Amino acid sequence: MVVPASGRFGPYGGRYVPETLVPALDELADEFQRAWADESFQDEFQRLLREYVGRPTPLTDCPRLSEATGLKVSVKREDLCHTGAHKINNAIGQCLLAKRMGKKRVIAETGAGQHGVATATACAAFDLRCEVYMGEEDCARQELNVFRMRLLGAKVIPVSSGTRTLKDALNEAMRDWVTNVRTTHYVIGTAAGPHPYPYMVRQFQSVIGFEAKRQCEERYGQLPDAVVACVGGGSNAIGVFHAFVPEEAVQLVGVEAGGCGLESGKHAAPLNAGSPGVLHGSYSYLMQDEHGQVLPTHSVSAGLDYPGVGAEHSYLKDIGRVRYVSATDDEALSAFQQVSRLEGLIPAFETAHAFAALFQPGLFRKGDRVMVCMSGRGDKDMVAASRLLQL
Amino acid sequence: MTGRERLEATFEALRGRREGALVAFVTAGDPALDRLPAVLGALAEGGADIVEIGVPFSDPIADGPVIQASSFRALERGTTPRAILECLSRVDCPVPLLLMGYWNTVLRFGPEEFATRAAEVGVCGTILCDAIPEEMDEWFAVSRRTGLANVLLAAPTSSPQRLDAIARLASGFVYAVSRTGVTGARDEVPAEARRLVSDLRARASTPVCVGFGVSKPEHVGDICRFADGAIVGSRLVAHLHETGDRPDWEASLRTLVAELKAATRA
Ligand SMILES: Cc1ncc(COP(=O)(O)O)c(C=O)c1O
Repeated sequence: MVVPASGRFGPYGGRYVPETLVPALDELADEFQRAWADESFQDEFQRLLREYVGRPTPLTDCPRLSEATGLKVSVKREDLCHTGAHKINNAIGQCLLAKRMGKKRVIAETGAGQHGVATATACAAFDLRCEVYMGEEDCARQELNVFRMRLLGAKVIPVSSGTRTLKDALNEAMRDWVTNVRTTHYVIGTAAGPHPYPYMVRQFQSVIGFEAKRQCEERYGQLPDAVVACVGGGSNAIGVFHAFVPEEAVQLVGVEAGGCGLESGKHAAPLNAGSPGVLHGSYSYLMQDEHGQVLPTHSVSAGLDYPGVGAEHSYLKDIGRVRYVSATDDEALSAFQQVSRLEGLIPAFETAHAFAALFQPGLFRKGDRVMVCMSGRGDKDMVAASRLLQL
Repeated sequence: MTGRERLEATFEALRGRREGALVAFVTAGDPALDRLPAVLGALAEGGADIVEIGVPFSDPIADGPVIQASSFRALERGTTPRAILECLSRVDCPVPLLLMGYWNTVLRFGPEEFATRAAEVGVCGTILCDAIPEEMDEWFAVSRRTGLANVLLAAPTSSPQRLDAIARLASGFVYAVSRTGVTGARDEVPAEARRLVSDLRARASTPVCVGFGVSKPEHVGDICRFADGAIVGSRLVAHLHETGDRPDWEASLRTLVAELKAATRA
């Protein structure tokens, strides 16, 4: 189904980058292939996931949420990973690779700050220099994470160009990489970007789905009827979906940021309302105008506020294997409160979009066993939430 | 004569005069698009041998702050690829014109239609900063059919195998990127630029021009001692932005270009 050598998922993916970067992408693809097949790399990666990240993460049944939705809801607890989100799985993997390649400097982009924190954490642990690009607007709405990154010894570089959010942080990180490519590894935080990133990030994140699948089999003696995840660039979603893609009976649902509603144009839902194009080195669904200019996005959640999406999701959409829906800011904020009150689980704003799908009519049948990927916890969003919600 | 042939003729004439090419870059739509014909006129009169017209894109990852800002100003003025081509259809520029930009612009327009229209309005070729040879089979075929030159970028990091492919597939000239990095004025021409040019020349007879960071006559002079031409972008874009509203802006642009051009004759 997937052709890692050419970096294409059906027609999607590929490499649309300045020539300067191609040798580094080739090196990365080769090194990743070698490392992934290398027992000692796998041992080290698995050991770190176990002893440092705290894997396997639990699968938690949610009786009160089940009652409220008429479903049998369980939650895969990526929020319990060290640093509070799934992003660390990929950051650890890529920083191990950076070490293998002898690169001593690491850069990253971040939206919600979770990937920046994860990368800063891995860099502290592995003694790598770390610089993180973050849009000015995101620095303001995720200020706690900015401080965390600094505390971890990373340099946070606010990005003031363009829309001052995740897209422009990625642009700046790419420009840095083009300049410092010989000494620097760029840790992309999601399943987007040029080959080999979409494939490599999926492999590093696929632990989520493989664990969850085993946990479901052990606990329920069966697979869930549906798996739900939020989709920004798509790393937690592809990570949880991957193990289930061949299981045709399992419905897969990706939830994009509907912002103020798809009809308003103020959203970040390229799979629902975009068209294929090239951004950040990859051919995939994209929010763009008739001239191919990338459109501004809106989401209450910084981590979903991105006009593009990982190439594999575009492919899974076209072949009909995954259903992509959207949840608005209001739906996400409502789910954010419901899940907090009903289960004592405070999700990240990003994750709240996945939970919002449980309340949407017509997606699931009554009594369906639905597993939600709880990609992260909501601590980082407390300042923003306290402004948005009157409690 | 096709665009490719015009570029070949340009380099041949330059060789005959023992001059390097001065390749000038400006952003379409900055200043406003209706002034592009006058800008092209001043560049040609000042002595530019080839002009690259930047097609503004919202996410220019290969560009430094000067060209980024210029692209955003152009987009804010509502500059579109269609309007640029329309504008060029009314210009009769004495020097070859290239369109420079990013692949998504062409993709969205429709590669076949874009190339056909560009050739119709007299454009000689394209430079797509994020289009690498292995992804571009379709575009190579389309540009060959329409006679457009396909200028490819070569970088100091390119492997020998990649340089083979680039030298073989490029037409018009090869754009040798002087350093790892984005566009923008720098203080000197790095030694690795010279190495890259000689590596490329050993592979094919296609002319090689050096760009990225070239801003002063001294740089142009240095480069023309080992390459077929020098490409100046950010310096001209910044100059136009600073002086564009003055009554004597055309003369000022001509003078700057003439200084740069003089260095190609040294
Ligand atoms: C908790 C959490 N979930 C989801 C996302 C969205 O990213 P992705 O789609 O790559 O999982 C982010 C990104 O910042 C995040 O922090």
